[in-house]
Amino acid sequence: MTIHAPSRRELLLASGALFAWAYVPKLARAEGRDPRLLVIVLRGALDGLATVAPVGDPDWIKLRGDKALVLDGATPALPLDSFFALNPAMPNLHRLYQAKQAAIVHAVATPYRERSHFDGQDVLESGLTKPGSVDTGWLNRALATLEPADRAVKPLNAFAVGPVTPLVVRGSAPVMSWTPPRLPPAADDTVMRLLDLYNHTDPALARVIQERMGLAAIAKAGGMGQTPPAKAGPGAAAQVRAYFTEAAGAAASFMARPDGPRIGALSFDGWDTHADEGAASGRLSALLGALDGAIGAVESGMGDAWKETAVAVVTEFGRTARINGTEGTDHGTATVALLAGGALKGGRVIADWPGVKDAALYENRDLKATTDLRAVLKGLLKDHVRVNDKVLATAVFPGSADVKPMTGLV
Amino acid sequence: MPPTGTAAGTKLMALETKPLDAKARAALALHRFGFGPRAGSLAAIGADARGAILAELDRSNAGQITDDDLLSSGEAARAAFNFRQERKAERLAQRAEREMAQNEANKAAQAAKDAQTAQAAAPATADNQPPKTDPGPGIPQQILLEEAKARFDSALGTDIGFAERLVWFWSNHFCVSADKVRAIAGAFEREAIRPHVLGNFADMLMAVESHPAMLFYLDNARSIGPNSAAGLRQGKGLNENLGRETLELHTLGARSGYSQDDVTSFAKVITGWTITPAKQPEHGGEFNFNTRMHEPGPQTVLKTSYDDSGYEQGRAVLLALARHPATAKHIAEKLARHFVADEPPQALVDTLAKRFLDTKGDLKEVSKALVLAPEAWDAPRSKLKKPSEWTVASMRACGLALADIRRIVNTLNLLGEPLWRPPAPKGFADDSAAWMDGLPQRLDIANQLARRVGGLVDPEEIADATLGPLASPETRQTLARAESRPQALALLLMTPEFLRR
Repeated sequence: MTIHAPSRRELLLASGALFAWAYVPKLARAEGRDPRLLVIVLRGALDGLATVAPVGDPDWIKLRGDKALVLDGATPALPLDSFFALNPAMPNLHRLYQAKQAAIVHAVATPYRERSHFDGQDVLESGLTKPGSVDTGWLNRALATLEPADRAVKPLNAFAVGPVTPLVVRGSAPVMSWTPPRLPPAADDTVMRLLDLYNHTDPALARVIQERMGLAAIAKAGGMGQTPPAKAGPGAAAQVRAYFTEAAGAAASFMARPDGPRIGALSFDGWDTHADEGAASGRLSALLGALDGAIGAVESGMGDAWKETAVAVVTEFGRTARINGTEGTDHGTATVALLAGGALKGGRVIADWPGVKDAALYENRDLKATTDLRAVLKGLLKDHVRVNDKVLATAVFPGSADVKPMTGLV
Repeated sequence: MPPTGTAAGTKLMALETKPLDAKARAALALHRFGFGPRAGSLAAIGADARGAILAELDRSNAGQITDDDLLSSGEAARAAFNFRQERKAERLAQRAEREMAQNEANKAAQAAKDAQTAQAAAPATADNQPPKTDPGPGIPQQILLEEAKARFDSALGTDIGFAERLVWFWSNHFCVSADKVRAIAGAFEREAIRPHVLGNFADMLMAVESHPAMLFYLDNARSIGPNSAAGLRQGKGLNENLGRETLELHTLGARSGYSQDDVTSFAKVITGWTITPAKQPEHGGEFNFNTRMHEPGPQTVLKTSYDDSGYEQGRAVLLALARHPATAKHIAEKLARHFVADEPPQALVDTLAKRFLDTKGDLKEVSKALVLAPEAWDAPRSKLKKPSEWTVASMRACGLALADIRRIVNTLNLLGEPLWRPPAPKGFADDSAAWMDGLPQRLDIANQLARRVGGLVDPEEIADATLGPLASPETRQTLARAESRPQALALLLMTPEFLRR
């Protein structure tokens, strides 16, 4: 007899990639604009210093040693200004930056100062100052206060109401979701964690995972000290890149349509680089390359709408300033926010730079936060989408009256 | 230190040398004897885990599905037959229409020369047809999905689920394949397995071997006694398939002392056990003893001679098989292997076999004996949950109700345990080694489940609710350090404590 085993693609995939609001904001429309806002959440905590390096800081090399990105290394970082340089895996973002269509906000963080991913993501997405509330997200609350223009978005066949949406867009404003046909690759990071657990508690399971998944990088990171199986990194990196690119590109082409949604959110996992971070060539480099591909895909997917687009890439917190004992970084505090889009006044790194001297580090370990991420998001919501100050300070980011919207972003 | 244990490794064993406290026993009860915890399950069991399982067996509806909308196997077989007839008629009609349209087109081409057209007379040309739409799953598949939904609703909704697990065990022991009997595979489980799951083994055996699904699956429906009226007239004969598998798989067990002669004789005994043709509107698709196909004369099975009493001759042999010590041993071993360990403790197998014989196959008493046996609780948690058990346990842990049964059906296909479609009459394998290779696929499924609900749940709460004291410190630490809630949830479903029971 034959058993029909469906391919991975045939399986129903429930996770949506794009979660979007079905309306066009009325106020912006009245100004003759038709703005797009796409929020990309990176889960796992992005290493901001490995993404945008303070190459002009005299303490930089001392801080990261041979892991420090520099302008004249084997893989030279891409210069942004006289002080900062971009990870070499991100040529698209660099090009946009030079075209003044991308900006970096550095040493930025949410109000959260502990180091739990779960809680950190709750704060990032809920827009509240404390974790624990997971009912509504700031983007949804912003949408709920926006008056829709006369024209609602036509329901597209490709859209379905998602069963579960990420916190940032959860709430009373109706949200649609779209799922890419491609499955996200089984996260190497998840496999690595499992393998580590199995090695400690269940060797039989560890053997199966190692043999069947054939991931060289994992065996290495797990300290197995064995000859890695044949299949390895580049394939997995290409898969991740293909997934990011496809998800972001398709999301953008939906948002570009005259009758498409205007405000959406995506999330990408896998940024928790505790071991073998590989900022210049390795895991983080591959992830940043995939993210760069996604940004490029948004640009081309938006087409003419790119000039009215703002993309905000945010993460729950940063990572330790110093490299840890396993060539990675642990949970930290401040990091970067990446902004891209034709609507931006870009070509700038916006930072009140705290420095990376030992004494300058937060709790002698993390990059200190000098900019509140809410100021950045409020600035975009205010000037790009036209959410008013009062609403921003109360409904969208409650208790943020002291955190003024950053001006001049768009 | 070289490993001294097998399969699970020494570590798990070491973890369990200390006696389990009440809460750990409640968690073990759910994982080993049930379908895994739901929110609140551990607390609901309380201090007496054993008593909670036994109490479930005393519920009047234990192991039963009451859904008046589900079709009996006869109704399902007739519906499937009618559906196939209609499809056939449709195909014929479509062909006729195509030919007619072609004729009309030819005529129209001719008529175009004339002033008059013949088009008005042809309302049913191809152009007028509604656009061809996807016919969707056929009636047999729809029936199967309805049955599947009822089955998984039961498993997801049960408190502990020991009776339901017993249903799954017996359904796999007496398996049929939906590849051959799609429309009635679900009805088979409801009609032949469930009513007897806490009843008598002999009754279950009779119900199974006389069920149309089994008679069709193992070819007995067309097995004809060579000397029967039909045999003599048609020159057709015996099919030993069901006779052999009844002895080898369903009762005595392989290499338990029966001979080829026993197989042949028993196959003759059950000639005439067949099915009324599905086209008959009233009893089509139902069991029928057809005297004209039945081999006349006495038969000797396992050294006992059985007079030809028609249908009763088969029942008499089945009763003897049900009461046979080899059957008791065979069933005891399989039960212990399924619930406790790939290599079950001999003392446990002996206890169960003795209880089976002492009670003349009272399955409720045998099931109770399993729960009461200390070995059933003391064994290390080394058995890998089968894909179907793990899938249900995962959904229960995540608090997911059944939305679309096709999602589960697809999942089980991917994990290599397609619903009611075992690779052979022996059923799906029941040892951990058989399912180890599917771990990467389970990780895919775990990731999907986690993406569906992972943002909404607190991993620590779920770990408390599903593993409780069974969670090792390493597992707790792994979950606490996950990079996101969805990742923590996916990891939880893949922890050794959750995969094994």
